[in-house]
Amino acid sequence: MWALLHYSFIQNALLSSAFVAIVAAFAGYFLLIRRLTFAGHAISHIGFAGAAGAVWLGFDPVFGLLLFTILGGIGIGIWGNVLRERDVTIGIFLTLALSLGILFLFLYQGYAEQAYSILFGTILGINTQDVFITALLSIIVCGLLLVLFRPLLFASFDADVAEARGVPVRFLSIMLLLIIAVTVSLSVQVVGVLLIFTLLVGPVAGAMRLTQNPVVTILIAMVLGIFYSWTGILFAALTNLPVSFFIATLSFGVYLLIRMRELLI
Amino acid sequence: MPTVISLEHLFMKFGERKILQDINFSVEEGEFIAILGPNGAGKSTLLKLLLGLYKPSSGKIFILGKEPRRGNSDIGYAPQHRMLEADLAIRARDVVGFGLDGNKWGIALPSKQRTQKIERVLREVGIFHIADMPVGKLSGGQQQLLLIAQALLTDPKILLLDEPLSNIDIAHGQKVISLLTKISRERKITILLVTHDINPLLSVVSRVVYLVHGQCVSGKPEEVITSEKLSRLYGTSIEVIKTKGRLFVIGEEAS
Repeated sequence: MWALLHYSFIQNALLSSAFVAIVAAFAGYFLLIRRLTFAGHAISHIGFAGAAGAVWLGFDPVFGLLLFTILGGIGIGIWGNVLRERDVTIGIFLTLALSLGILFLFLYQGYAEQAYSILFGTILGINTQDVFITALLSIIVCGLLLVLFRPLLFASFDADVAEARGVPVRFLSIMLLLIIAVTVSLSVQVVGVLLIFTLLVGPVAGAMRLTQNPVVTILIAMVLGIFYSWTGILFAALTNLPVSFFIATLSFGVYLLIRMRELLI
Repeated sequence: MPTVISLEHLFMKFGERKILQDINFSVEEGEFIAILGPNGAGKSTLLKLLLGLYKPSSGKIFILGKEPRRGNSDIGYAPQHRMLEADLAIRARDVVGFGLDGNKWGIALPSKQRTQKIERVLREVGIFHIADMPVGKLSGGQQQLLLIAQALLTDPKILLLDEPLSNIDIAHGQKVISLLTKISRERKITILLVTHDINPLLSVVSRVVYLVHGQCVSGKPEEVITSEKLSRLYGTSIEVIKTKGRLFVIGEEAS
């Protein structure tokens, strides 16, 4: 198995997925405590439409992905607070985005491989330049989250008091969705649009049940995320089965173990 | 005693809805004031105006000699409390910490001084023993005390509390009231507290502000809560019954 580590595509995959796991855990924490997980899900599907559109027009899908997720994130950030039935509204946009994605893929007469990789990830097929872009974006997003950390946590817990204390609550919720948008775009290459939750929500959901300290929760979630991704990549390389299957199964299995442990105590 | 809050001809409208109409009253330093009135009378709106979260449609507000502004650390605020979800994974001490520096950018670096400040307030409020518990697991009364602790961390001169006695049982209510009395005496803080039941507070408040249909009267409880004054305020016949040291307002919610 250790021989695998000498292959550059495995090295790229491990390096890139580690960055993604770290960002996804950090951003995912806020997604969870703000109960915005459905919005995160929707943003990934809006991203699918963008990626499919880019493929159809002959661009790199990453650009379509980033453009659409960022627009979707800003949209949800601006209108999410105004619209009362947020879930319903998000749901309607989500289905519209999916159908657009399907249309673009239909119009694109090329290989189905492109569509497949958007839906399920292409972590074993990324090159050094991809790793570089992922690393750069990850560092920017983590830096932003570090700066916003305290007021964002305050506003997530109690928006009224935070606003009275001078925290720019609205600005922060739009910034968070922008961050989620970039995080989703990064995660898509590892696990694809359909399984985005395995990195964005899975590790944090597990970590939250182990500790109540916000910083420790995030750190545990990062470690779990890296563990799921690396194990998934190595298993996939050994068995030739899809990476995202292993990551999702591990994420589910660990969460189940944590919940079962709670029942025993 | 110097005046710390004054409202002059205050009007507040949301679109066409008139919430407050010509409110005038002032508060002196160290007073403990209950803001009373039926649902939708504009009590919470009044607090939000004092916090600078809303701008008045017209009229003047002065709080500690200045116009209200967000981020004023001389004002502590605990909003109307809702039960927190049981699996909310954040500790009581984190929530109190927001009161200290939650508005600052970056991550709160652990420091002895910070921990001491947080723990001192937790002790003052009497909930030090739950400092490391997840807030979702606390009772309604404990959560309310937590929000008061959070509001106290900046050493405010004025404390604005929105319905701190709702959603908690009588025993915890008494605990909150005796705590507030102690705080107002020891810290010489001015307290404005929104409530819909004056009875548990009758012996501790210095004055009440009674808001109905956007208008108000203020004064000592026994002067304001009378059949005559309230009937005039409501514009319909209201009866106040006094029995065993408690006041009951009859006909209030029907109007």
